[in-house]
Amino acid sequence: MEWTSYLAPLSQGAWVTVQLTVYSTILGGLFAFLFGLGKLSHNPLVKGFSVAYIEIFRGTSLLVQLFWIYFALPLIGQAIGIDLRFPPVAAGVAALALNIGAYGAEVVRGAVQAVPKEQYEAATALNFTSRKRLWRITLPQAIPEMMPTFGNLAVQNLKDTALVSLISLGDMAFRAEQIRNFTQDSVTVYTLVLFMYFGMALVVTAIMKLLERYVGRWRAAGR
Amino acid sequence: MFFGIEWDTSSQWAFAVSIFPILLHGLVVTLEATVVGFFIALLLGLVLAALKSAPTRFVRWPAKVVTEFIRDTPLLIQLFFLFYVLPEFGLTLPAFLTGALALGVQYSAYTSEVYRGGLEAVAKGQREAARALNLAPARTFTHVILPQAIPRIIPALGNYLVSIMKDVPVLSVVTVLEMLGVAKIIGDRTGGYLIPISMVGGLYLIMTIVASLGVRYLDTHLPKRGLSLK
Amino acid sequence: MNDANPDRDTHNGRDVNKGRDPIIKFDKVVKRFGDHVVLDELDFEVKRGEKVTIIGPSGSGKSTVLRILMTLEEINDGVVYVGGQPLWHQWRREQLIPASEQHLRQMRSQLGMVFQQFNLFPHMTVLRNLTEAPVQVGGVAKAEARKRGMELLEMVGLADQANKYPHQLSGGQQQRVGIARALAMRPKIMLFDEPTSALDPELVGEVLNVIRTLADEHDLTMLLVTHEMHFARQVSDRICFFDKGRIKEQGTPEEIFTAPKEERTRAFLKAVLDPDD
Repeated sequence: MEWTSYLAPLSQGAWVTVQLTVYSTILGGLFAFLFGLGKLSHNPLVKGFSVAYIEIFRGTSLLVQLFWIYFALPLIGQAIGIDLRFPPVAAGVAALALNIGAYGAEVVRGAVQAVPKEQYEAATALNFTSRKRLWRITLPQAIPEMMPTFGNLAVQNLKDTALVSLISLGDMAFRAEQIRNFTQDSVTVYTLVLFMYFGMALVVTAIMKLLERYVGRWRAAGR
Repeated sequence: MFFGIEWDTSSQWAFAVSIFPILLHGLVVTLEATVVGFFIALLLGLVLAALKSAPTRFVRWPAKVVTEFIRDTPLLIQLFFLFYVLPEFGLTLPAFLTGALALGVQYSAYTSEVYRGGLEAVAKGQREAARALNLAPARTFTHVILPQAIPRIIPALGNYLVSIMKDVPVLSVVTVLEMLGVAKIIGDRTGGYLIPISMVGGLYLIMTIVASLGVRYLDTHLPKRGLSLK
Repeated sequence: MNDANPDRDTHNGRDVNKGRDPIIKFDKVVKRFGDHVVLDELDFEVKRGEKVTIIGPSGSGKSTVLRILMTLEEINDGVVYVGGQPLWHQWRREQLIPASEQHLRQMRSQLGMVFQQFNLFPHMTVLRNLTEAPVQVGGVAKAEARKRGMELLEMVGLADQANKYPHQLSGGQQQRVGIARALAMRPKIMLFDEPTSALDPELVGEVLNVIRTLADEHDLTMLLVTHEMHFARQVSDRICFFDKGRIKEQGTPEEIFTAPKEERTRAFLKAVLDPDD
């Protein structure tokens, strides 16, 4: 078989990979801010929950988390009488987002803590409420600091989407495995797929760089 | 039955207790794959780092592209690639070694950056100082730069060791019976996924916490001013 | 708003409104950092509209006085009054209890502070630095805040820099923006914490000129910590010499600079005025 005939099924899979990456990166970013700020909260309950989330999802393997959500959670649901059977897409996005969110949360925490305390004092002197101080002063300065690491995490997330093929989701990795099974032409298929992932990673990196420049545009003013 | 050990499904507690030794078999494989993969990553990373600081750009540039390529593509695909492609070139390795090799390849991209970053951070200021003292370049490297770079490099490498450990379950797709693969098989055969997979999660937490404490210990106890190599 | 409540003043039994009307009053205030006593039962008053400069050796607690007033440092003992109201406390059933955040926010609105390191918001343009707090905190309409912001920039001579970012300005310009930013909130009391200490010598003058204009033309109460003795002498109604967390000596600039009574004051002034000696 000609290698070009692989492109149609692979691009179908690529579309699934793109969707998984986009959804789980956005959702993961949300978790990152939620629990990263939660870890800095003065409320012991919020703080404790955030720390537990971060430690559990950073401390275990993504594949363990994926299998747990896909295979084990429905059994808990059965025991307590709730339907917790998720379609593979939902389980995949959830596991990827929870996993990347835990790493992101540490990035958010670090960047927020790195904002000089003088900025906090200036905001206090101008009588900002703690909420406005966070949104108007701290985060706009912290977010550009997070961006380079967020870029790495987004690429990591793209790579991690390959694992959802193991819960039979039809992403690029899954299609590749199907084609190999069918044609036994493993060299061509996997070389092709490796380059497709590489291309996607370059695109993700470029997008994150643009985003980085956008949120930090005040830094570049006049330079 | 698995590894010659029977499980007891009479109660959840009995089930958990009976499969624990089975999971421990898997845990040993996980640790073995981690260690072997880590050593391959250390060596391959060293090669990549050396190529990336080669005197000619015809070596440097391809080495950088290869590093980027390895780092930007999924471990799973690299693993499949090695597993199915190596035999076509007449190199048939046991699944375990193929898996460890895939881990080593993937993480060599990261370790090579650790070496380079650690050396460059030290080299910048110190090289000039050493030149002012009229030390030979080789002597500068072994006596000035390396002793200061090692304490920076080791904790960073330690963090990747922990990451490798968390990536070992991917090896189950090529029939390596590491911990999660074992748990999945127990689940497949008994229908009870919850307990084995949760136990694997718990064991992972313990392992990564212990390993992270070890890395932190190294980080605080390695002399920041430099290590005596004698 | 939250002006001095005469009922409260009779409760506290201290001389809050005894004729001289101090807008700031420290009553036996103690501030410690660990074992180190920074303010040692400090008694200190500033009258409405008065311009007071605090001088003294480093570590004598000068900046701490300002930081306590701006609610950036808590106190360990005693009471601080601003406009007749306790700052770090509030009244409940004739008792002073620690202040709530709400009370602190009410009190803070009377004060503005200029920092040694300027502390401008780096991610906002100069004009936005001036309008952000009035709009977000004071509820001022955007257009009005911009108009007021431009007036203030005019006053400090930086109207043409309105759309630049702080890092594009010199230190002296940044500090002038810092002064304008504090004024944008229309405080009754301005606190200057070593406003020229971080500046290159050639940039000190432009900042001092702005402060001098402010002192001459407005009835703001001003509390200044500085090492610029010549300037302090020109603008101040009163000079307080701090040493070891207390006021060692105070008086008019004439009294302090020409005829200091205390030996410590004489030694300090000699050291800062003739450093080559």
